[in-house]
Amino acid sequence: MKFLCVECDRQMLFEERHVPGDGTLAAAFKCPACGRVVALLTNPMETQLVASLGVKIGGRTIDEQPLETVRGMVSTGKTDAFDDSGERGAGSGPRWSADAQERLARVPGFVRGMVKKIYSDYAKEHGLAEITPAMMDAARSELGLEGM
Amino acid sequence: MSLNIRTYHELTEADRSGLAGQIADQRRRVALRLAGVRRVLAVLSGKGGVGKSFVTAGLARALARAGRITGVLDADFNGPTAPQLLHLPVASCTLHDDVIEPAVSPEGVRCFSMGLLLEDGSPLAFRGPQAESHVWRGTLEAAALREFLADVAWGALDELLVDLPPGVHRFAELAELLPGPPAVLVVTIPTPESRDAVRRALRAAVEQQARPLGVVENMVGGPFAGSAADDLAGEFGMPVLARIPWHPAPDTWAELAGRVE
Repeated sequence: MKFLCVECDRQMLFEERHVPGDGTLAAAFKCPACGRVVALLTNPMETQLVASLGVKIGGRTIDEQPLETVRGMVSTGKTDAFDDSGERGAGSGPRWSADAQERLARVPGFVRGMVKKIYSDYAKEHGLAEITPAMMDAARSELGLEGM
Repeated sequence: MSLNIRTYHELTEADRSGLAGQIADQRRRVALRLAGVRRVLAVLSGKGGVGKSFVTAGLARALARAGRITGVLDADFNGPTAPQLLHLPVASCTLHDDVIEPAVSPEGVRCFSMGLLLEDGSPLAFRGPQAESHVWRGTLEAAALREFLADVAWGALDELLVDLPPGVHRFAELAELLPGPPAVLVVTIPTPESRDAVRRALRAAVEQQARPLGVVENMVGGPFAGSAADDLAGEFGMPVLARIPWHPAPDTWAELAGRVE
């Protein structure tokens, strides 16, 4: 999928991504010539279809996690299906604020280890020493993590 | 107003999304992970209930007992049975250095299955909008197959058996993901109905350049009569590798393992 600024006859380039809620994925594109910005909004079914391809609109900013799609999408997974204790970097990295820990605890056990690693990687990538709910919101929107 | 719109491929400015590059990276991950696998063997039948998983498990265990390093990827996501058939230990899956360790059977068969991940008795269900779920469910299952191939630490294997569900769709997904077409082990029961269903599936596989290794006739000597294995063998120019009786002895599997070269 590409966007063309008809007036300038230029391909519009990806600017940023948001998950405003209701299963909507919003991706903004900007014309490099005139600066016009348009946003693509997908409905929940289209959002799900994009997610099921395992690709990220706007590109990946952190590495793909093992079984990322399965862990992120399966709703009937066992709470203790994964033992993440052997993961590289476990126990180190950014601090988790109490509020952030509480929010993480509400994530289903099947996907919690992966979500924790994604937020940790995001914090490291951005040079953040502490993970807070605000940072989680920013990461969720920037990475397109609908529902995590 | 008459618009002069260029085609998709005429728009070539580099974009941060790089979706085609992301798909190519996914394929590269599969190829890298399977670089140490000597052969991928798809266990195929267009028909349900002929015993593909039973034959897969019996063959895998016999191959392992014969000293061949063997893996089983249970690609039947909606009816996974490999954990029970291979007597896998009940344990959480472990992650190391961004890969998942496969479960290992008492004979040393490395296995990964949706059955290791799902709550006991629960169907495979996905988060997301249930309306029009048929649009994305197949894509998610194809993604699961890709991740089972790419994200499990299969290591060096002589054989990776892929236990396919009935039908041909999962085979098509597998063939598309692999660097080269897989060999195919065909499973049927003796009946003409099974033969006809298997024929359709095998034709589809052959059209995708798959090489039929041979046919295994299962449930022989019971109530199912017919000559499906001989018919399919003649039609596709492949050997009948084994006829598995209702109650196979260990020798049955050992003989089959010896013929799967």
